[in-house]
Amino acid sequence: MTTVALLGNPNTGKTSVWNRLTGGSAKVGNYPGVTVERRVGALRKRPDIDVVDVPGAYSLVARSADEQIALDVALGLDGEPAPAVVVVCVDATQLVRSLYLLLQLQELGARCVVALTMTDEAGPAAPNATELAHVLGCAVVPVVGRTGAGVDALATAIITAVDAGAPAAPVVRWQPSPALAAQIATVRAALPASWPQTDALAVWALQCVGDDELIRVPAAVRAAVAAAAPTAALDDEVIAARYRWLDEQVAGLAKAKVDRRRTARVDRVLLHRGLGLVIFGAVMFVLFMSLFAWSEPAIAAVETAFGWVGDGARAVLPDGVIEDFVVDGVIGGVGSVVVFLPQILLLFFFLGLLEDFGYLARVAYLMDRIMRTMKLSGRAFVPMLSGFACAVPAVMATRTMERQRDRILTMLVIPLMTCSARLPVYTLVIAALFPSHTVGGLSTKSLLMVGMYGFSLVTSLAAAWVLARVVKPLRAKRLPFVIELPPYRAPRMRDVVRMMGTKTWAFLREAGTVILACTIALWALLYFPRELPAGSPDYQAQIAAAPSPEAKAELEHARDGALLENSYGARLGHAIEPAIEPLGFDWKIGVGIIGAFAAREVFVSTLGVIHGVGDDEGSLRKHLASERKADGTPRYTPLVGLSLMVFFALACQCMSTLAVIKRETGGYRWPAFVFGYMTVLAWVSSFLVFQIGSLLGY
Amino acid sequence: MLTLAEVERHAQVAIVAVDGERGFRRRLLELGLCPGTQVAITNIAPLGDPLEIEVRGGRLSIRKDEAAQIRVRR
Ligand SMILES: Nc1nc2c(ncn2[C@@H]2O[C@H](COP(=O)(O)OP(=O)(O)OP(=O)(O)O)[C@@H](O)[C@H]2O)c(=O)[nH]1
Ligand SMILES: [Mg+2]
Repeated sequence: MTTVALLGNPNTGKTSVWNRLTGGSAKVGNYPGVTVERRVGALRKRPDIDVVDVPGAYSLVARSADEQIALDVALGLDGEPAPAVVVVCVDATQLVRSLYLLLQLQELGARCVVALTMTDEAGPAAPNATELAHVLGCAVVPVVGRTGAGVDALATAIITAVDAGAPAAPVVRWQPSPALAAQIATVRAALPASWPQTDALAVWALQCVGDDELIRVPAAVRAAVAAAAPTAALDDEVIAARYRWLDEQVAGLAKAKVDRRRTARVDRVLLHRGLGLVIFGAVMFVLFMSLFAWSEPAIAAVETAFGWVGDGARAVLPDGVIEDFVVDGVIGGVGSVVVFLPQILLLFFFLGLLEDFGYLARVAYLMDRIMRTMKLSGRAFVPMLSGFACAVPAVMATRTMERQRDRILTMLVIPLMTCSARLPVYTLVIAALFPSHTVGGLSTKSLLMVGMYGFSLVTSLAAAWVLARVVKPLRAKRLPFVIELPPYRAPRMRDVVRMMGTKTWAFLREAGTVILACTIALWALLYFPRELPAGSPDYQAQIAAAPSPEAKAELEHARDGALLENSYGARLGHAIEPAIEPLGFDWKIGVGIIGAFAAREVFVSTLGVIHGVGDDEGSLRKHLASERKADGTPRYTPLVGLSLMVFFALACQCMSTLAVIKRETGGYRWPAFVFGYMTVLAWVSSFLVFQIGSLLGY
Repeated sequence: MLTLAEVERHAQVAIVAVDGERGFRRRLLELGLCPGTQVAITNIAPLGDPLEIEVRGGRLSIRKDEAAQIRVRR
């Protein structure tokens, strides 16, 4: 199989060109070692050629594993075969900067074909392709990724280059100083046999190796670089030499200045001190409300649909374990995966629109000042905001951040945001356990709810601040935070829909399976052994003899409660009681917490069943408020309620969140960390709330 | 010595040198902010930071403390 890699600066149209070249049918996976999307598709004109879409990069010089992808792909250092041809997407409006990457690739001996994109936007500023090809010594094909103009010619140029097959020789356009030449010689001698033996690769190592997080760099190379002792002067020399050549040879080919007046006009409004912030607030409000509230009918429809399917299955299956497994375990489990789709689709619809329009970069620009107080960048704003609706799509949205460290830090704090699944828990606790007062015209109950939001906001910001300082891989590197502010463009619905499809499919395949498996396991935990405890009344006979439907329902609830009480899950609840007693919780809450792992709102229904009142929330509220301890005092006091809410605010009681974090970080390490730190945080906070509250006499 | 952070809006200046730790300055240099290049601040974010700069025909956003590492001359 021959492969062709598409490289280029961010936002130069690689994915658009890739879609046109391949027809958009992708095998999407991750690059080995890092969770950065890797898309491969067959070239339409020649299905034996695979085209790989690579994340954007300004340079091959890398500090972290995710920046290293560009080099690894270009040279085939990651185990995949080296591409026969590298297609470099060069933005015609940013000629010199986009060509910097091409120079690096040519120095390394890659056979390059230039796709000159954005020629429509460049207009008269676009260089003449023939002249450019002459200067660069490789084919240059003008294309418009959006319309597909020129893509056929690009495919032909790629095929010609692939078929030519002659090995490309490194092209170096500058002379190293004697000192640099000596350093290059030292490092070049240490390059492993599996790497191309070029001076440029030695230069690459001299620039990158040292204070880095690169993977697969042999110790011999590290030692050689250390011996050569490169300094900042080396970077000056190399980078200035390349830009000098570009300034002399290429800059003059752009005949006119790019017209940015339209973008400047829009920016005058959207980045305006007053109006810009108002519009920003409105856009974010719409985004948030669509996830938080407007997705509700779709979510309800999914739940209803799965309810029907479950009822249908109940009607045809014989009573028993198999029936319960199919209905509650499998159908319920698939439902608990599908229920995320409305929010995922909506979020990626908005992200796609905003990104394509060019506003997402402006969001980062506008919010950077605020986000950096948490050692995050402005790009973390939208994922964090989405976390107030649901952590699952929010974690998926962290892919819009280019640095892995930022992505992970954001993922670590998103689960602390008050997601909509916590609301039913808060509502139950507040309604059942807190008295109604009004303070200054506001009811204490609604103040409590607002207070929980404020609490979650403060803790998540504080957590980001602390984690960025104490967790070693998250300590911020002093790297410039430079974002490109692209020109505004009309969003393309086709691309947006395509991205929604890709994201949804990836979620179903990679996170959905884990969520389904966990739901079934949890179902089994709370279902088996399905025996009534010894000495229980004969519910079956009593139910059959029940005088009224109400009495029958009551008996059934009592039986379900007894069955659950005897389940392995409930035994676990009993077992953890000593651990949660200092927080004011009894084993029944313990069972609810275990059940809530499937989804936080399940806490309410699990608690209903264990208290023998079925799934009617009204009865559960009354029941909770009236339950007494042996000494006659209320078992669930407002203080217990507060402690419980604090626990739910802070604990990572959500396996779906953990499943997407696993997918997005490519391993169990970070989800385990999230679960661990949040559980500890929740326990300690609830402990303090309950113990201090008790001391104060509440 | 004048730094980019101190330059008023829309004034064209030329980069003299980029200071700072090696990885940091390498990134800026590779983006084309190398000595001799013309830059101008085109906008300041509503919250006072970051800055939008024009360099080599493109617009980049850069934080103020990063701009303070870029020495420039008029
Ligand atoms: N006017 C114009 N817009 C284009 C062209 N090619 C792509 N775009 C638009 O430019 C934006 C970025 O395109 P992408 O294809 O996502 O760029 P990319 O290089 O894959 O970006 P990253 O993956 O983020 O590095 C999108 O809004 C595209 O619709 C083009 O030739 N002309
Ligand atoms: Mg792309």
